[in-house]
Amino acid sequence: MLQCKNLTCVREERVLFNNLNFTLAPGEILQVEGPNGVGKTSLFRLLVGLSTPYAGEVHWQQQNIMLDRDTYYQNMLYLGHKSGVKPELTALENLHYFHHLFNPKVEFDAWEILTLVGLAGYENVATAQLSAGQQRRVALARMWFSDCPLWILDEPFTAIDKNGVQVIEKLLIKHAEKGGMVILTTHQDLLLPPQLYKKLTLQKPAAGEQYV
Amino acid sequence: MFDAFLQIVRKELLGAFRQQSDILNPIWFFVIVVTLFPLGIGTDPALLARIAPGIIWVAALLAALLSFERLFKDDFIDGSLEQMMLAPQPLSWLVSAKVFAHWLLTGLPILLVSPLLAVFLSLQENTFWALFLTLLIGTPILSLLGSIGVALTIGLRKGGVLLSLIMLPLSIPILIFSTMAIDAATFGQSYIGLLALLGAMLVGAITLAPFAIAASLRVSVS
Repeated sequence: MLQCKNLTCVREERVLFNNLNFTLAPGEILQVEGPNGVGKTSLFRLLVGLSTPYAGEVHWQQQNIMLDRDTYYQNMLYLGHKSGVKPELTALENLHYFHHLFNPKVEFDAWEILTLVGLAGYENVATAQLSAGQQRRVALARMWFSDCPLWILDEPFTAIDKNGVQVIEKLLIKHAEKGGMVILTTHQDLLLPPQLYKKLTLQKPAAGEQYV
Repeated sequence: MFDAFLQIVRKELLGAFRQQSDILNPIWFFVIVVTLFPLGIGTDPALLARIAPGIIWVAALLAALLSFERLFKDDFIDGSLEQMMLAPQPLSWLVSAKVFAHWLLTGLPILLVSPLLAVFLSLQENTFWALFLTLLIGTPILSLLGSIGVALTIGLRKGGVLLSLIMLPLSIPILIFSTMAIDAATFGQSYIGLLALLGAMLVGAITLAPFAIAASLRVSVS
């Protein structure tokens, strides 16, 4: 269970959001929405512990994530704006690296996963030579062999075609049905049935509270 | 955990061999700087042998500085640094793998070309061995110290000057003890004590620097 307690994010003395509270329980999908610049990516960086909150805490299984990073990171998959894929390595080598670093206990067939994400035939091409959407798919392929219950996905559908989006949405539902948790941002409307996911709308703070 | 270490080293080496200019530039720079000195100050063997240790060590230092740009920068830009920081292994352990790979790609080639440069600068055999041993112990320290500087300056747009300001003063002790050891070898004295001092610095750097690098990364990336 992921809990956000009174989270406040401040960037350059400007308050992005304050006193944000929410809980993500097993089996839930949460879509964070809001206009550009409202702090979605900043929120996600707080959730994964890449930046420290101005105030408030993030808890994973009742434990502050800053105090026990290793346990948290064993249970969390984060896909950010930057894909984390090495452009000079091939898709296969990138997957191999992610597998050994993040989910060494999972057994999987890399070829099968590359086929699932539509990269069959491109496995030995340097990732730099793939299209933007294909590079994104290499990063997203990690979701297929991840055994982490919590997925934090920042704009996962960027540069992905309609067909690909559907495949990923199905995967998200499957993950939630198995008791996993997903929190994601996207500017497109999710095509999932509304009862399957929750929405969290970030809003700019009131006029008097915009600066610290 | 060892598997993660090996995977990072493997990834770094693979990436470097795909982009060979990254490994060749620093070593090429090193060779050129050292060869320019005899051209500039004349070929008197006694004079060259006298200033050779200084030349080689300063060139090695500058070549190392040149190579640090790529240590975390590319990873920072493409997001793999973020991912490494979110891996379930301790960050200090993973950055040690990166530094080790960096040394394999920059320190080791300098060691390998050093016999050639010893010939250029007409070094005696025992002077050369002193040079080789100080480089062997000294270059890993440079990699470790430099990595702290890179980790501190990674978020800055023009971090290069700041990096040299942080790193060069820290590397002065290594420079002093190395050239002292080589000088001692030139005069036929024992230099084992100076090597031991360098070795102590290396042990200190290996044990402490990874924590400093990890902490600096957490600060700079946030």
